Amino acid sequence: MAITKDDVKYVSTLARIQMNDKELEAFTGQLDTILEYMKKLNELNTDKVKPSSNILDVKNVQRQDELNTPSLTNKEALAEGPDTEGEFFKVPKVID
Amino acid sequence: MEYEAVIGLEVHVQLNTKTKIFCDCSTKFGNPPNTNVCPVCMGMPGVLPVLNREVLHKAIIAGLALNCEISAYSKFDRKQYFYPDLPKNYQVSQFDLPIALNGYLNINIEGRQKKIGITRLHMEEDAGKLIHEEGAGSKSSFVDFNRTGVPLAEIVSEPDLSTPQEAYIYLNILKNRLRYVKVSDCNMEEGSLRCDANVSIRPKGVKELGTKAEVKNMNSFKAVEKAIEYEIRRQIKAVKDKEKIVQETRLWDADKEITISMRSKEEAHDYRYFPEPDLVPMEADKKWIEELRKDLPEMPDIKAKRYMDEYKLPQADADLLTSEQDIALFYEECIKHYDNYKTIANWIMGELNQYLNKKKLLITELSKLTSENFVKLVKLVDSGVITGKSGKEIAADVIEKGVDPEKITEEKGLKQVSDESEIESIVDEVIKENPEAVENYKKGKTTVVGFLVGQVMKKSQGKANPQVVNKLFKDKL
Repeated sequence: MAITKDDVKYVSTLARIQMNDKELEAFTGQLDTILEYMKKLNELNTDKVKPSSNILDVKNVQRQDELNTPSLTNKEALAEGPDTEGEFFKVPKVID
Repeated sequence: MEYEAVIGLEVHVQLNTKTKIFCDCSTKFGNPPNTNVCPVCMGMPGVLPVLNREVLHKAIIAGLALNCEISAYSKFDRKQYFYPDLPKNYQVSQFDLPIALNGYLNINIEGRQKKIGITRLHMEEDAGKLIHEEGAGSKSSFVDFNRTGVPLAEIVSEPDLSTPQEAYIYLNILKNRLRYVKVSDCNMEEGSLRCDANVSIRPKGVKELGTKAEVKNMNSFKAVEKAIEYEIRRQIKAVKDKEKIVQETRLWDADKEITISMRSKEEAHDYRYFPEPDLVPMEADKKWIEELRKDLPEMPDIKAKRYMDEYKLPQADADLLTSEQDIALFYEECIKHYDNYKTIANWIMGELNQYLNKKKLLITELSKLTSENFVKLVKLVDSGVITGKSGKEIAADVIEKGVDPEKITEEKGLKQVSDESEIESIVDEVIKENPEAVENYKKGKTTVVGFLVGQVMKKSQGKANPQVVNKLFKDKL
């Protein structure tokens, strides 16, 4: 097995996803199968292929520095927030 | 054992643009909270960010101004972490292919030059602002996303700095250069420049680096200098006390002048960068870059060195004159008309700067000031036509109203009187009116002559040549 339970635990912590032992066991197995499958790509010789970071054959797409689209109003901006106060989004305190 | 410090700086500057880096929300400072926001910068699902060309433009200029190579191929990446000021849960930044690499700045320290490497300059978006509820027991923080997506350039130096003073000089050159090329205001108080310092120590002569601490929260270059100074002292003491130095983030407390460990929950700094799929790569337009390079102005530190070599100005004068580009350009205009370099420097650093500071103006806001008139004024004083005192009196009119100093000299009758016979009568008068001072002088208290000369100056409305007055007193008493 290339991927261990500890790997999955670590990634789940980073992603803020809680898992019980049963789930951890199941996902470790599933992820391992997926990664094993993708390993097939390693058989290809890519010595002469340039690394790519984007699947589109497009580059240098930019816009002018102009104010065109109006921003949201404060009311619109806050509308989707789970908790707000005054003009602000409200979140649990992050520092001591 | 003797220790030496190893310091590297991370500087964030706001690139001044009208709109944000990936959307056309305004970057204006001071708007009501959560009003410079849109679905793109608030990270709503399904939106498409598009790079602001002006950000790329200014990042390239900044890179060139710091002697960097501009990358032929560059891209954006996602840096993942959770924090309430980051609405997308990732920051769009640049990881392995930043826009500019391998730059340097030369700093002058105690007469010798030192080259400070610049590892990289990359573009990224700023996060939002968190406001913390005051008081014990408070449970909430408040988020304003106006700053989210404001364009930044992060400039990372090599760990080439060894003293707090070197860091201070490096920061000043960096700031002045970025201001000269007009990519950022570099104003620490308004948050358009921020600086974090990585500090470690090692025994002198040892090659390996010690464990570093990252010091944050400094709000001026002086504070950066002080924070590094403190941090070096703290680490040396820790090592001598056989304590272990841990890799951590420390906050500078400006009131107590100490650094304090930021007790963060032990989190892995594992950002899992990957290419930002919504933004396409950038390929450098070589012609454009060469044009930008050609348009770079003479850099302030290079200019200062030239002032020292060509105009024989002391370093302090050269640094001061070149710290603001428009002042330097005005100086260069002035010396075209008159080659008394040092005297003109003195008048600019003296009368002109005082005037600007007092009125809180920039030199560019003085629409009537001309180098011709300013030089005329300096010449009038320099050649003794008017006294320095008269010169200072009419300086404000020359600076603000653009009056011709020769004309005002005529009109106000300010011409200095150097003719002994003309001054003699005033001197006699002063002697008669101040018998006590005269007595003291004769008793050997010669310093009182200054008071007597002052009296003559007053009576002559500042026009009498002080040297002649001095001479007359000495002859007569």
